[in-house]
Amino acid sequence: MALYRAAPWQKPLSLALLLAALAVPTVLTALDQAFYIGFATRVLIFALAASSLNLVLGFGGMVSLGHAAFLGAGAYVAAICQQAGINEALIAFPLAMGVAGLFALVVGAVSLRTRGVYFIMITLAFAQMAYYLFVSARSWGGDDGLPLNGRMTLGGLPLASDDALFYAALLALVAAMALFGRLVDARFGRVLQAIRENETRMEALGYLVFRFRLVAFVLSGMGAGLAGALLANLTGLASPNLLQWTQSGTLLVMVIIGGVGYLYGGVVGAVVLLMLEEMLVGFTAHWHIVLGLLLLAVVLFAPRGVAALFGPTRGNDHG
Amino acid sequence: MAEALLEVSRLSRRFGAVDALKEVDFNVTAGEVHALIGPNGAGKTTFIHHVSGALQPDSGRIRFAGHDVTTLSMHRRVSAGMARSYQITNIFPGLSALDNVALAVQGRNDAGSSFRFWRPVGREAALFEEAKGYLEQVGLQGKDGAAAGMLSHGEQRALELAMVLATRPKLLLLDEPMAGTGPEESARMVELIEQLARRVTILLVEHDMAAVFRLADRISVLVNGQLICTGTPEEVRNDAAVRRAYLGDHL
Ligand SMILES: Nc1ncnc2c1ncn2[C@@H]1O[C@H](COP(=O)(O)OP(=O)(O)OP(=O)(O)O)[C@@H](O)[C@H]1O
Ligand SMILES: [Mg+2]
Repeated sequence: MALYRAAPWQKPLSLALLLAALAVPTVLTALDQAFYIGFATRVLIFALAASSLNLVLGFGGMVSLGHAAFLGAGAYVAAICQQAGINEALIAFPLAMGVAGLFALVVGAVSLRTRGVYFIMITLAFAQMAYYLFVSARSWGGDDGLPLNGRMTLGGLPLASDDALFYAALLALVAAMALFGRLVDARFGRVLQAIRENETRMEALGYLVFRFRLVAFVLSGMGAGLAGALLANLTGLASPNLLQWTQSGTLLVMVIIGGVGYLYGGVVGAVVLLMLEEMLVGFTAHWHIVLGLLLLAVVLFAPRGVAALFGPTRGNDHG
Repeated sequence: MAEALLEVSRLSRRFGAVDALKEVDFNVTAGEVHALIGPNGAGKTTFIHHVSGALQPDSGRIRFAGHDVTTLSMHRRVSAGMARSYQITNIFPGLSALDNVALAVQGRNDAGSSFRFWRPVGREAALFEEAKGYLEQVGLQGKDGAAAGMLSHGEQRALELAMVLATRPKLLLLDEPMAGTGPEESARMVELIEQLARRVTILLVEHDMAAVFRLADRISVLVNGQLICTGTPEEVRNDAAVRRAYLGDHL
């Protein structure tokens, strides 16, 4: 694969989509469908989590099957913060990112010494450990999870209304996408992608491969942690289910559907998967099967993901 | 004798029952082209792997530029001034030729930190200007935008050399740079190495004896993991053991 370069139309398109997104709560309210604002927020949050995974999976070539752990850690940090009397997101969210990042640092420091299927298994093992830790932590609600008493405030402004939380999630997603978008075309991102392409060569050019991978893994963990904190605010609950391996699998599926290694792969995947799920649940109780078939179709007909269908976002003529 | 840039002493490595390297004493003097020759499976590539840090020896020491580097990892040895090409071309096939070399430039200590997350590399003209220079040096001008994997085999060998040069090494480790290239490309590579030899010390593994005898200041002969002879091309050519073990078929 070549190094990532944004297609020329990507910036105008993402700005247009951002403008459209800004109008979503107003439009839904006008259509008397305000109920779906919560759903739209959920999409944004999972777009953030999946994009964070895409950084390590798509750009770093690391197949992590443990990212739900960082999502869950972020959610629990938010709930525990509130329990401790901290109701301000400007404190709780950075804390959630910090804790998830630290956890990613530990997981990465161990797992990034391995490759291939071992890496997958070790990330999974860490996530399962975290899952059982939270399930058995009675003071944090054990099986039932830790509920929030209402939503937090962001810089003093309450996130209680669905509109407010939607915009907070949108802000987080935009910030993350801006960072990831710059990062992949900056020195760090190029190194990360080159490592994905040929690790030995990078080592033989003098790069300490492990360190670059670890930094990417931590950044990714922090992004997932932020998504978790937002999700806890949305659902009002930090549940151990968030840490289950199926949740990690869902994030992977989102990235694969959307487009591994495409900047917007995670966003597209989250939108597609969650919308399909929402629609199919209404139609049939066997929506899992239909979803599976659709996934198969994506793999067969758009093996590089839906984002790849919209023309080349790759190419590399610097200089 | 001039100062040794690379000093290998009593280097040994076993792979199962195979003594791939056995008590190898070897040195490369600053400024020379030192060729390492020997039959297939003699341990030449294994030796390069140990010098470059890709593999760790069972015993023995490696000193480079006055420092013991035996336990240093590969990337630290590169920072210290060692760079290698591989017997099987080792490049980034999906990346453009220019990106291949620009990454090599970027990896150098004096090129600044690679932990830059915000500034697009498109604005780092110096990186690409310098990379272009190396592409020109190896005769790949005009191939900047071509995907490395689409270049001809000879061009890929040249590209790898450009990447290696871009690390600005003190010592070049070249593992059969002519392998698999046509006669014309081979001749060009010999010329190129000849030019490079004026600026940088070279350890050259090569089967092409015409090239070896033309380029080398000294030659060492490795057979079954053991160094049986080191000397000037003339001495090596006339060495009875060498003729028996190896050169007999080649000269
Ligand atoms: N990783 C390994 N595991 C086991 N045996 C190995 C390994 N690498 C090399 N060998 C063995 O060590 C010996 C030396 O191999 P090496 O590749 O160094 O030879 P060479 O001199 O480079 O040969 P050629 O001229 O064919 O490139 C061979 O017998 C080879 O089979
Ligand atoms: Mg070899």
